[in-house]
Amino acid sequence: MADADRMDTPEQAEFRAYCRQWLSANHPGQPPVRIPLGALELSDPKAMAWLQAWQKSAYAAGLVGCDYSTAVGGGGHTNCQTIANQEMQSARTPFLPNIIGLGMAAPTLYIHAQEEVKRALLPGLLSGAEIWCQGFSEPGAGSDLANQQTFAEKRGDSWVINGHKVWTSLAHFADWMILLCRTDKTDKYNGLSYFVVPIQPAVGKGVTVRPLIKLTGETGFNEVIFDDLVIEDKYRLDAVGAGWKVAMTTLAHERGAGLLVTPAAGGMIQENSKSANTSSPAALINLAKSSSRNGKTAADDPLIRDEMVKIAIRQEAFRQNQRRTLVPALTDHPMRIPLQNKLIGTEFNQDLAAITYDIQGPASSLYLNDENAAGGGEWQLAYMNSFGVTIAAGANEVQRNILGERVLGLPKSK
Amino acid sequence: MQEQPKNFGFGEDETMLRDSARKFFSDHCSADKIHRQVASNPNIHRNIECLWDKGLWQQITDLGWTAACVPESAGGIGMPLVAAVALAEEAGRAAFPSPLIATFNTTFVLRECASATADSLLADIATGTPMTLAITNKAGSWEPEDTDVSVTAGKLNGSAWFVQDAGKAEGLLVSARAAAGIGLYYVNSNAAGVTIKADGIIDLTRDQAHINLSHVDAIEVAAPGTGAAAIRHALPAIQAIVAADMVGAGEWLLQTTVEYAKVRVQFDRPLGFFQAVKHPLVNVMIEIDKAKSLAYNAACAIDSDPQRLDFANTEKLAHMAKACASEMAVFSSSRAVQFHGGIGFTWECYVHLFFKRQMHNQALYGDARYHRTKLADLLIGKAA
Repeated sequence: MADADRMDTPEQAEFRAYCRQWLSANHPGQPPVRIPLGALELSDPKAMAWLQAWQKSAYAAGLVGCDYSTAVGGGGHTNCQTIANQEMQSARTPFLPNIIGLGMAAPTLYIHAQEEVKRALLPGLLSGAEIWCQGFSEPGAGSDLANQQTFAEKRGDSWVINGHKVWTSLAHFADWMILLCRTDKTDKYNGLSYFVVPIQPAVGKGVTVRPLIKLTGETGFNEVIFDDLVIEDKYRLDAVGAGWKVAMTTLAHERGAGLLVTPAAGGMIQENSKSANTSSPAALINLAKSSSRNGKTAADDPLIRDEMVKIAIRQEAFRQNQRRTLVPALTDHPMRIPLQNKLIGTEFNQDLAAITYDIQGPASSLYLNDENAAGGGEWQLAYMNSFGVTIAAGANEVQRNILGERVLGLPKSK
Repeated sequence: MQEQPKNFGFGEDETMLRDSARKFFSDHCSADKIHRQVASNPNIHRNIECLWDKGLWQQITDLGWTAACVPESAGGIGMPLVAAVALAEEAGRAAFPSPLIATFNTTFVLRECASATADSLLADIATGTPMTLAITNKAGSWEPEDTDVSVTAGKLNGSAWFVQDAGKAEGLLVSARAAAGIGLYYVNSNAAGVTIKADGIIDLTRDQAHINLSHVDAIEVAAPGTGAAAIRHALPAIQAIVAADMVGAGEWLLQTTVEYAKVRVQFDRPLGFFQAVKHPLVNVMIEIDKAKSLAYNAACAIDSDPQRLDFANTEKLAHMAKACASEMAVFSSSRAVQFHGGIGFTWECYVHLFFKRQMHNQALYGDARYHRTKLADLLIGKAA
């Protein structure tokens, strides 16, 4: 986009120029180790450390937490995080590793925590010195998030926590967790409370973190078990029993529909990487041109061609939906497109990856551990991994309930 | 690629036009009224007739709809394609029986002709003369080079097929093979040697015909041999307009079915409580939004590239819009009938008006598979 086409405020324009100048001199360059596609896939401590160093320098320069108040370690700007994000994207920086912290914990703390707790925790969160994870899901509370069984019991001035959290990304690196749990067994929604709890300092002393192995064979997330973990009352956010309301703040930000813009960077292309860009229709077409199926080039097969074209149409439609949602006169309901994004985006990636099995024919059997696998086996991996996101953050079946009820006004299914 | 406005070119004028059209249709074209107008006689073997309200046509002419996309130099308002797309969407939402879409399509072909004759025809359109395109052969080809009409010694002979709203149009723009190649010719619907044979069609909100031409005077509208290029250059606009009609009809089908799902009770619950109904309705909404965004995008890309510096790009985006809208049209109409249950299967339920309009539109100017085949060649390259 041309700068002339942007509608920056004077503060934004000045900040954009500053970001651009800083990034031109301070891009961290190529990493010394393999970096995965996203923060939730991080498993190598060396990769995490390198990315934490990058987040620290971006924070110190004022590109992370721009819109938070200076009292809690923010930049004190207005609507400038979007500018920093755009410039970091254009500069093709690495991503920021503290993704749960920045996207979910920080806005929730900012809106619901005591001042003392904000001042103590937000600087370390924004700088990436302290990594955060999210303790919402449980074995019995997946899409039905309010069915929390982890229990916090008040004893004197403290809370004693017992329970079992699952699918906890980054818990193996985490210093802190945002925790939704039950404080009253008689009321499903009003019996929930929300805490922030220390993880690393408590490992072996009330907290156990165990890796869960995904169906892909990779680790990435964990289960976290609380066994009489004691925490101070100041780490409770908002009132006892207000946990569901606080959780909605977290989820609104996760869906990109919150008050605060999440600091986000990215766009870096790692050199010497064998891996394919598994969410790109252009990469899909290139794969079809270099793959054979039934002894012929897959890109010449009319049925494969049609499937690839359908994917390209869906990508363009997704892009144009984002453009249209910024024009209020062209949308009948303000949340109609934003609430579709998670559903459409994750199913797009899944369906794109599924086609690659058809494209590769029998070679689609080859995986990460085979030197002949196209794209290093990343296409096969991408399909399997795609179920993570069609299930996570409210399974897509739940997303369809939300759309049907909030946008179309159909009766609630519960 | 051309720089494009973020709002797809929907400025104040275009939005006001759209809003006034929405009000016009809600005032004058309720589904109930349209049903009484075009579906009062369910006997499909009745005489085929054009059931439409000429008074409303005069009103929309007075509102400037037919002049909207006629260039100012030809006496029109000179608005961009998105204005026609906005009006087509509202017309689809009302299942409006009129030659409006056919006249828009003719407008965009005439705009490519760059001749004094074309300008005078555009001026006629601006003042309310309905016109239509007669550019399709009996085999149903959408290729501009294909026609069953030829020109010899200044006379047109042959036949044109699948001519939209031919019974309402006063003028025909005919493609025909001449010595210099494909030409475009104007024919008055009442001219000697013109026989308009109405087709019996599923869509009650439109008429269609095949037209026989026998020694009809050929009035050349585009320079000799340039007719196919003029049609080709207008096709992306035509595809966007027809896609928009389907988007509007799709939204009517969605909202009507949603309202029914809120009030119809079975098994002690409103239908919309059940996820077997709720989730497909959400899927219909998703498909409508995709088709709508792609239709606006195609129209905006066409408006942003008047010199056709990147015509392949506008062709590509129009193929995407029409392919997506055609599939959505089938999906939205099938779900509307299905979720209305028994009543949805009857003639008295208004759903069939929109169902049939969608099934008609999805085929016009190429169905989804046709456009995806074209796209495959553009995006992947021709198959070996």
